[in-house]
Amino acid sequence: MKIKRSIGERTFDGINVIFMILLIIVTLYPLLYVAFASISSPSLLMQHRGILLVPLGFETGAYQAVFDNPMISRGYINTLFIVVVGTTVNIVMTSLGAYVLSRKDLYWKKVFMFLIVLTMFFGGGMIPTYLLVKQLHLTNTLWSLIIPNALSTYNMIIMRTSFMSIPASLEESARIDGAKDFTILFKIILPLSMPVISVMILFYGVGHWNAWFNAMIYLRNRDLYPLQLILREILIASSLDNMMTETAVVDREPVAQTVKYATIMVATLPILCVYPFLQKYFVKGVMIGALKG
Amino acid sequence: MTMERQKMQNAKYGVSEKSSYRSMLARDFRKNRLIYLMALPVLAYYIIFQYGPMYGLTIAFKNFTPAKGILGSPWVGFQWFQEFFNSYYFERLLKNTLLINLFSLLFSFPAPIILALLLNELRKEKFKRTVQTITYMPHFISLVVICGMIHDFTARDGIINDLVVLLGGKRSTMLLEPQLFKPIYIISGIWQGIGWGSIIYLAALSGIDPELYQASVIDGANRWNQIWHITLPGILPTIVILLIMRIGSMMSVGHEKIILLYNPSTYETADVISSFVYRKGLLEANYSYSAAVGLFNSIINLILVIAANWFSRKATETSLW
Repeated sequence: MKIKRSIGERTFDGINVIFMILLIIVTLYPLLYVAFASISSPSLLMQHRGILLVPLGFETGAYQAVFDNPMISRGYINTLFIVVVGTTVNIVMTSLGAYVLSRKDLYWKKVFMFLIVLTMFFGGGMIPTYLLVKQLHLTNTLWSLIIPNALSTYNMIIMRTSFMSIPASLEESARIDGAKDFTILFKIILPLSMPVISVMILFYGVGHWNAWFNAMIYLRNRDLYPLQLILREILIASSLDNMMTETAVVDREPVAQTVKYATIMVATLPILCVYPFLQKYFVKGVMIGALKG
Repeated sequence: MTMERQKMQNAKYGVSEKSSYRSMLARDFRKNRLIYLMALPVLAYYIIFQYGPMYGLTIAFKNFTPAKGILGSPWVGFQWFQEFFNSYYFERLLKNTLLINLFSLLFSFPAPIILALLLNELRKEKFKRTVQTITYMPHFISLVVICGMIHDFTARDGIINDLVVLLGGKRSTMLLEPQLFKPIYIISGIWQGIGWGSIIYLAALSGIDPELYQASVIDGANRWNQIWHITLPGILPTIVILLIMRIGSMMSVGHEKIILLYNPSTYETADVISSFVYRKGLLEANYSYSAAVGLFNSIINLILVIAANWFSRKATETSLW
C-alpha cells in the first residue's frame, strides 16, 4: 500500500532522519574520539586542537603501557572473580528466595512479603551498612562486595512471579515420582525459567562489573581493587590532581594522555563488542521489570 | 452417633480439635523441611544485611563511637537532626538535590519519550534498528569510564573546550566552574540514558492497535494528527506511571556520579544529600551525624514513594503495590 505523502510529511521525514543521524554522531563520536586518540602519536595529539577525524599517526605504545600495568591486569582478575562468584551467589540466593516465596502453602507469606518489599523502599543506608560490614570483618576482602549484595529484592520478586507461572501439575507429578524440593527447583523450575534467569545473570553480572563505590569504601589493599576502581584512579583521581595544581598553562604529560584513552578502550571494548548480541536479553529484562512495575 | 464418627475420623487423620497453631507449624516443618532449609540463607541475608543496618540507624539518635559500639553509645535524642537542620549545609543540599531532580524531570525525562516517538516515525526498519542499537550503547559503558571521559573532554585542553574556543568562547576547566556542574551532570545523563530509556516507550508504542492508524487515514488524519491523537494517548499511561515514580524519587540523587564529578570548588552546586552523607560519614567519620542525615533523607523518600504510589493508583489504577 503506497500512500502519497504530502510535502509537509516528507519534510518531517527528512528532518527526522537528519536528527537521527546527528544523534548517532553525538552518541558515537566520543567513543570514536577515544579510539582514535588511543592509537595516535602522543606528541601529535598534544599539538592537535579540536575534533579528530582520523588517528594522528599510529602508535600502540599506549596499549603496551596499559597491558604492562600490573594494576590493570590485577583489576581485571579481581573483577572477573567478583563477577563470576558474585553472580553465582546472586542467582542461587535469588532462586532460593523466589522458590520459597512462590510456595502457595507458605506460612506467614503476607508478613514475609511485606517485610521483604519494605526493604526496597527503606533501608539503613550507607553509614550503618558500612559499620555492619566492618563489624563483620568483611572489609578488605572481596566478600565485602559479594555478600552484602547477595540478592536484589526486585529481581527476586520478578523471579518469583516467573516461578508462579509454571504449571503446578509439573511439580506435582515430579513429587509423585519422589522428587524433593531441591530437585524440583534445580531440575524443573530453573530449566523452565531460563529466559528470566539469563536476564538476571546479565543484570547481576553487569552490576558487579560496573560497581566501584563499595570497593572504594571497603577495600584498603590495592591488590584487591577491581578494574573500575583502578580506572577511577587513572581517569579521575589524576584529573582532579591536574585541576588542583593547574596554573594558566597546562602541561599534561602527552604519553599519560594516550594511556588514559587506551585504558578506556581496554576496559570498555570487550563489553561493547558483546552487547549487540546480548541486547535482546537486556531489552527483555527491561520489559519484565516494566510489567512488574 | 455422628459426633462419635467425627471423632473417630479425626483420630484417624490425626486432627484433634485442640490441634494448635504450633503443632500445625511443627507438622509443616516436618513436611517441608527442605523449604525451611532453602529459606535459611535468604532469611539470614535479610535479617543481617537489610534489617541489621536498620537497627544500626539507632546511631542517628546516639553519640556513636566505634569503641563503645551501638549499644554502649549514649542516647542524644534529636541532637544530630537539629544540628543538620540548623547548619549552613541543610539549605544548600536541599536546593541542589531538588534542582538536579527538577532539571532531570524537565530534560532527562522527556528525552526518551521524544526519541521513541521519532523512532516510531522512521520508515526504514533497518535504520531504526541501527539507531536503537547505537543509542543503547552508552548504557553499557561503566559510570567510572563515562565520568572519566567527561573529565577528559571538559579539561582545559579537552575537546569540548576546543569547540568552545572555535565558537568564540573562552577556555576553562569546566568541572571547576560551579555554574556548569548541573548542565554537565544532566547532559551526560541524557547522553547515557536516552536510548535505553526509550525501550519502555517503544514497547508501549508497539502495543497500539494498527487499525487505529488505518481508520484515522480514512478519516483524513495526517501524521501529525496521528501522533497527537493516537500515538501519544497510546503511551500516556506508561508516561504517567513513570512520571509519578520519577516524582516519587525527587529527594534522592545517587551519590556515585556526583562523587565522580565534583570537587571542593563545585560543592556549592554539586553536593547533594547522599554525597554529603558519604563525605561526613565515611571520610570524616562523623557516623552519628551522617546517619541522621541519611535517615532524614530515607524517611522523606519513603513518604514520597508512598504518596506517588497512592496518587498513581488514584490517577491510573496502576501502582507498585
